[in-house]
Amino acid sequence: MSETKKFLYVNRKAPYGTIYALESLEVVLIGAAFEQDVALAFLDDGVYQLTKGQATDEVGMKNFSPTYRALGDYDVNKIYVEQESLDARGLSLDDLQALTYEDEDDDYAEKDSIKVVSAAELAKIMEQSDVILSF
Amino acid sequence: MKFSVMISEGPYTHQASDTAYNFTKAALENGHECFRVFFYHDGVNNGTRLSTPPTDDRNVINRWSELAAAHNLDLVLCVAAAQRRGIADADEAKRNGKDADNIAPGFRISGLGQLIEAGIQSDRLVTFGD
Repeated sequence: MSETKKFLYVNRKAPYGTIYALESLEVVLIGAAFEQDVALAFLDDGVYQLTKGQATDEVGMKNFSPTYRALGDYDVNKIYVEQESLDARGLSLDDLQALTYEDEDDDYAEKDSIKVVSAAELAKIMEQSDVILSF
Repeated sequence: MKFSVMISEGPYTHQASDTAYNFTKAALENGHECFRVFFYHDGVNNGTRLSTPPTDDRNVINRWSELAAAHNLDLVLCVAAAQRRGIADADEAKRNGKDADNIAPGFRISGLGQLIEAGIQSDRLVTFGD
C-alpha cells in the first residue's frame, strides 16, 4: 500500500455516555500504523473529549483522556477544534488539555497539535480529505 | 467505482444497517464493486446468527449473509467491538474460553486495520450510523 490518503476522523460526541469516543480513539491509534496523512476534528459535544481535568470515578467508566496525549508520539499532530462548538459550550482553548508533538523537521521542537478553527475552515479541511470517518 | 461501507449501529434499533444494505445491494446490481463492509460499535450485532426476529419482519442478519453469498462480499466484524458485545466465531470463542460461538455465515472477525485498509483501497468509504 504505497498510496497515501488524507484521513480525517470527525469526533462529534461527548466522551462518556456512549462508547463512540473511545472506539474512535482506538481506530485512530490503529490507523496511525498505516502511514497515512491523519487529522482529527473535534466539534459539537466532541470538544468535551479534549477537556482537561476529567474525573470519571462517579460514572464508573475508565478515564481515557490521557491517551490523547500519546497521539503526538504516533505522528498524529493535526488536531482541529471547532471554535463555534467551543463558544456554544462556554469553553476556550484553556479548558482543553495541551496536546503536543516533537517536530522532527525543526530539531524536535515541541509544538502544539491543537488548532482552533472556524466551522468554515473545518468545512474546507473536510473537503480536502479523502476519507472521513465520523464518530 | 470501488466503495466500502462502515456500519456503526445495531440491526433493529437503528436504520443504519437497512440503509447500508439497500445502498450496497443497489450499487452491486449497478455494476459497482464493494471492497468491504466493516461493522463497528454496535454494528457488530449485525453478525449474530442467533438473531430471531418475528417472521413477519425482515431478517437483517440473513439478508447480509445472502448478499455476501451472492456477491462474494467481505463482511468484517471488528474484533475488539465484537468481543465487548459477545459476538464470536469458533476460533474467538475457543481463544476466550467461551462455550459457544454465534457468528452468522458470510461474516468474519478481524481487526480495525481492515477498516483503514478499506479507506485506502476504495474510491469511497461510506459510513452509516449516528
